[in-house]
Amino acid sequence: MASRDVNRTVEAVWRIESARLIAGIARVVRDVGLAEDLAQEALVAALEQWPESGVPDNPGAWLMATAKHRAIDRLRRAEVHQRKTEELASDAELRAPETGDLAAAVDDPFDDDLLRLIFTACHPVLSTDARVALTLRLLCGLTTSEIARAYLASESTVAQRIVRAKRTLSAARVPIEVPARGELRERLASVLEVIYLIFNEGYSPTAGERLIRTELMEEALRLGRILAELLPREAKVHGLVALMELQASRTRARISPSGGQVLLLDQDRGRWDWLLVGRGLRALERAYATGGPIGPYTLQASIAACHARARAAGDTDWERIVALYDGLAQLMPSPVVELNRAVAIGMAFGPQAALEIVEALREEPALDGYHLLPTVRADLLAKLGRPDEARAEFERASLLTANSRQRAALLERAAACASQR
Amino acid sequence: MRVMVFVKATERSEAGEMPSQDLLEQMTAFNEELVKAGVMLGGEGLHPSSKGVRVEVAGSGRKVIDGPFSETKELLAGYWLWQVKSMDEAIEWVKRMPNPTGEESVVEIRPVFEADDFGEELTPELRERERQLRAQTEGAA
Repeated sequence: MASRDVNRTVEAVWRIESARLIAGIARVVRDVGLAEDLAQEALVAALEQWPESGVPDNPGAWLMATAKHRAIDRLRRAEVHQRKTEELASDAELRAPETGDLAAAVDDPFDDDLLRLIFTACHPVLSTDARVALTLRLLCGLTTSEIARAYLASESTVAQRIVRAKRTLSAARVPIEVPARGELRERLASVLEVIYLIFNEGYSPTAGERLIRTELMEEALRLGRILAELLPREAKVHGLVALMELQASRTRARISPSGGQVLLLDQDRGRWDWLLVGRGLRALERAYATGGPIGPYTLQASIAACHARARAAGDTDWERIVALYDGLAQLMPSPVVELNRAVAIGMAFGPQAALEIVEALREEPALDGYHLLPTVRADLLAKLGRPDEARAEFERASLLTANSRQRAALLERAAACASQR
Repeated sequence: MRVMVFVKATERSEAGEMPSQDLLEQMTAFNEELVKAGVMLGGEGLHPSSKGVRVEVAGSGRKVIDGPFSETKELLAGYWLWQVKSMDEAIEWVKRMPNPTGEESVVEIRPVFEADDFGEELTPELRERERQLRAQTEGAA
């Protein structure tokens, strides 16, 4: 086999195996950073050896065995206590003793390893940026340069972030484990937050030329789908998956032929991805079927589902959406939710009722500089036949977004108001 | 990217022989692995071509031909739809699957068109027609 082909095979094997590989080694060496180094060493060994020897029948097992041998070598070289070495050497047969009661419910030991790695990479001791970078690196198998490209950051920045994150985990002696039931809710929230942040950076990039970064959306969806299989009884996981599937289903329709953004109600619903719509609705059913508490993701997915079920924008059940936003506002009171609720109220009960809510939000410091506040206000003013004020608000909104496509769309709407006068 | 993975038919699948218990178990395990990896979007097995029909299209003419059809190796026995990062990842997954028919057979991997692939070819008129079609065929989802 040509070495180029082997390299591509190794890359694909890495894609499939890396998270489980790192997770498995982390259980043995009890250090995520070291585990990743060892996994990388095994990868390098594969790149060196496979062109000569051919790709092994079970490449994942080959990588795991190689990485574990290196782990033992290292520990020996470091003159770690003999007993410890033997303990590690026999780890292949050994099952980890300490598991949370949630982990005990998982049948597959590999699944257990993977869950621990997810919870460790998303540990609250890390900053949000660090959690995101570490998750993409350890669980999605992305290279530093891929992460840097996706986030428009320099490679050295991302590399630094990952190194520091690993160091923080070691220094804080964060145990690599699935949290026990009592701690689970909070820790799971941190995991879901990281996945949704990755998704959102893909769905609505905070900066740059592109309106959508498909690769980040796909990574987040994949992580969510994996997590839903690992924790099938957690309503919130299915809620998040439902939300992401439904939002992702609109990707094609969100971009106009000229590359601009198309708002939800103006979208050509025929261009929605109905496979993803179906998956999203099923995930939402799973969320409700668990009987678990309904969280913010599930409520947001329910709102997305209202849109998905409407054949045309005019068929949207806005009153139900208002009710769902009422629930969301109770569960997760935030000015952003309030702003969205105002939009729904505007659609269900008219622009005047909505404008009253929006006016109150103008004093809200958290929304200061948030482009959607003037955008929504502008839209309501336009509907109320106040084009001059609407135009000024669209222009103000355009100055507040860092995304060039969004800015262009807002200026277009401002110009449309000017022509209405 | 998405890929469609086609399992081609064999003499036995065309004869309507059901897979062995052992193979079914292996396939189920493989499917579970795909689901757990976030790769599986869907897939089904197909009845032999003796239960299928073909519609030959020639100009305005339409001719319905009942199965079975003879060119076994070109027929399909099943398919999957996968979400993968690359064709190489899809190839790796296919290498891991149990021999789907228990005999000599072919699995074909084809990338699914993404919206970007159409580029300028998909004119607004074509887009509109595609839209109508989708609304009719999939709108009930």
